Amino acid sequence: MRMSRLTDRLATCFFWLAGCLIVLLLGWFLFKIMVEGLPQFSWHFLFGKPEEILAGGGVGPQLFNSFYILFLSLLFSLPIGVGAGIYLAVYAKTNRFTGLIRISVEALSSVPSIVFGLFGALLFVNWMHMKFSILGGSATLALLNLPVLVRVTELAMRAVPVSYWEASLALGSTRWQAIRRAMLPSALPGLITGVTLTAGRALGESAILIYTSGLSVSRHFPDFNPLAMGETLSVHLWYVQAAAVVPDARQIAQGSAALLVIVVLIFNLAIALPCRMLQKRLTGGK
Amino acid sequence: MTNQTQWSRTQKRKESLMRLLFTGSASLVSLVIFSLILFVGYQGVQTFRNIPAGEFFLSTDWTPSQNRFGALPFLCSTFLLTLLSVALAVPLALSGAVFLAKIAPRAVREMLRPAIDLFVGIPSVVYGLIGMTVLVPLLAKLFPGTVGYGILPAALILAVMILPTILSVSEDAIRSLPQRLEEASLALGATRWQTIRRVLIPAAAPGILTGIILGMGRAIGETMAVYMVIGNSPQMPKSLLDSTTVLTTAIVKDMPSTFYGTAWNNALYLMALVLLFISLLLILIIRMAAKRSELS
Amino acid sequence: MFKGKQITTLLLAAAMSLGLLAGCGQSKDSGASAGAGGNTGADNGGAKQEQQLSGTVTASGSTALAPLVKQAAADFMDKNPKVTVNVTGGGSGTGLKNVADGTSDIGNSDVAAEGEFKDKGLVDHVVAIAPFAIITNNDVGIDNLSKQQAADIFTGKITNWKDIPGGKDMKITVVHRPASSGSRRLVQQIVLDGKEFTKEGIEQAESGAMKTAVASTSGAVGYVDIPFVDQTVKAVKFDGVAFSKETVRSGAYKLYGVEHMYTKGEPAGAVKAFLDFIMSKDFQERRVEELKFLPASLLSK
Repeated sequence: MRMSRLTDRLATCFFWLAGCLIVLLLGWFLFKIMVEGLPQFSWHFLFGKPEEILAGGGVGPQLFNSFYILFLSLLFSLPIGVGAGIYLAVYAKTNRFTGLIRISVEALSSVPSIVFGLFGALLFVNWMHMKFSILGGSATLALLNLPVLVRVTELAMRAVPVSYWEASLALGSTRWQAIRRAMLPSALPGLITGVTLTAGRALGESAILIYTSGLSVSRHFPDFNPLAMGETLSVHLWYVQAAAVVPDARQIAQGSAALLVIVVLIFNLAIALPCRMLQKRLTGGK
Repeated sequence: MTNQTQWSRTQKRKESLMRLLFTGSASLVSLVIFSLILFVGYQGVQTFRNIPAGEFFLSTDWTPSQNRFGALPFLCSTFLLTLLSVALAVPLALSGAVFLAKIAPRAVREMLRPAIDLFVGIPSVVYGLIGMTVLVPLLAKLFPGTVGYGILPAALILAVMILPTILSVSEDAIRSLPQRLEEASLALGATRWQTIRRVLIPAAAPGILTGIILGMGRAIGETMAVYMVIGNSPQMPKSLLDSTTVLTTAIVKDMPSTFYGTAWNNALYLMALVLLFISLLLILIIRMAAKRSELS
Repeated sequence: MFKGKQITTLLLAAAMSLGLLAGCGQSKDSGASAGAGGNTGADNGGAKQEQQLSGTVTASGSTALAPLVKQAAADFMDKNPKVTVNVTGGGSGTGLKNVADGTSDIGNSDVAAEGEFKDKGLVDHVVAIAPFAIITNNDVGIDNLSKQQAADIFTGKITNWKDIPGGKDMKITVVHRPASSGSRRLVQQIVLDGKEFTKEGIEQAESGAMKTAVASTSGAVGYVDIPFVDQTVKAVKFDGVAFSKETVRSGAYKLYGVEHMYTKGEPAGAVKAFLDFIMSKDFQERRVEELKFLPASLLSK
């Protein structure tokens, strides 16, 4: 009895330590990025146009493009990914074929993004004649995000207790009704994780977009044409570090990194809070 | 009476429609996967027209300008890097997940979880830069005689990159377990730690494994950050702090500039195909190990 | 939120808005792409008709040349509000591939098109000279490297700085660019006379990363385009000659490459106007030098 009390206490200590270590680690990263990047923020930096030769360029158009591409790629990948995940969790019979699909989806998430980039460039930019465009970039990003979405959705659906499903069917519902009313509300947190993971990846991806949406920004500030080239914030970060010759390249890179962190934070909060409220409403509070 | 049957007819129609949509999505996803695999595979297999398979997989000499394509160093380094980064990340991520799900007070969890999810959005370039400007010189100082580049800094950076993914998915898995599991265990007199170890983690195993696999996938496929800290010399690593190349960086290095259809280009596609197989293999191993140790 | 009717409406709305967006873009773009190759507005060519120039020009390829082309694009678009110039990277090989199969109008390349691109009908336009320098970490303390010394270092014959007169006892760490990089090929040609680089050392993908690596690794040596040289690294003299515009012109400083922009066949319309703009005296003398390249005409004088 004593022994297990002791191990319990030790374990609690250990977990607190682990938690603190993680906080320290991630906190250090965050601190480093923000401390170097926040001083760069200014109205001009956030909304101005980039420069090639002189210092003082801004990232306004790139910021806009980041959001635009994110929005479009979520538009493409969410319905398909979530749909496929639900299919695998609910409708599919457990045979070899579905097992194969599951494994290939998982394996696909480890393909280097550059292969997706080349595939997307071939498919969207060349064959479908989208040329270098925001549309091509978001379609390729959607491809990149499909595996994660499918797997996380399936997982979230499977985590819902079987009793919900059975109770719903026993009451005479169709499968779709059971999904919609009984399972999805409970599976919502997991789905949200999938969306935030996907969105984070989409905002931070650069290799793919170099081949599909390019390094140029439109001359108008909010340009909604999806067939224009659209350099995003993370591509710009890469470009400024790798090839640009402006004297303040390092500062722009640091500012962009800090900006991206803030953007992801805002996005995650914007998704998490409404969905928390939604879930409370749908499941009667937990 | 007629109202009821009409309603159930509508429901049946909706059901068929949604079922069609879902099946369609799954088919689309399969289509995408298979065409990608075909694309990579077709290009990759062309390599064997010019280069014998033995040379590709067993030779350590990689000199494309003289038509020697021995990819063994890349294969070994990829395995090493993946295993090391997963080994570094999983214990910490899992502990963190348990911490957030079961041990931390609610307020702490509410704050930490969004903060951790944040990290998935940081571009790999940023991780790479921090690795190159902070970690590598630090390692060079700690281990004099080396330059600080190699598998070790790459594994450390990768571990930090995949930590949030594994943590998020695992934590979700643990949190979504039914309350009664935990309550039953505690009612039987188990301590919290015993409950976690013997009941909760095994029950959440499918989710945790998925998190690990997704994280591992990211580790295998990550290029930019790894590129900046691993050194990229095309030879076998003699230690964890020796400059070497992995499959992903080998592909990313030369793919943009090699011309389509040449042996070099095809060899790169073959490496992508090999990457796919390696990750398939690792996934299968993980799943089999899990099944073997599963408490039914 | 998940009511069946609402979901189908949402999906339909998404599909429709997508179609709308694509349609909008399509009509704008089909008007524009008609102008890309054989532009209707500007067949009269020449600077007089600049106001009527319209169309889209796409350039892709070398990332080393990208800053130059992007600046030219910005200037050109200012003068011709109806033209859109899009620039992207991807590397010299990708640039050549894209221009050969029509994905982009112009292919930027650090190396001359060779091999299978020789007979694809690509027309070369030399737009700038890109000088580069051998750089070392600031703690190395060497001022000058002869061609033989540089060759021995890069091929791996010399591995410690003390084997170079004036050097300290420090291990040499060679920093490379990828094997398919244009800069690397130039160094191999000019400094190594075609011999192979050593396999030891570190490799970095782009010039920026190369510079950061050399700056933060003790005893490092590498090579990078002049625009990237700053006080965090030391640019050594080559065979006793330091880099300057004069030494390149006189031929004393041998480390430079030539930047190409290829088009498929002779360019026309907006593409031609863009290329003419880049080759114009004003752009060459002002912007090209501001970007720390050298004018293309420097060597033909």
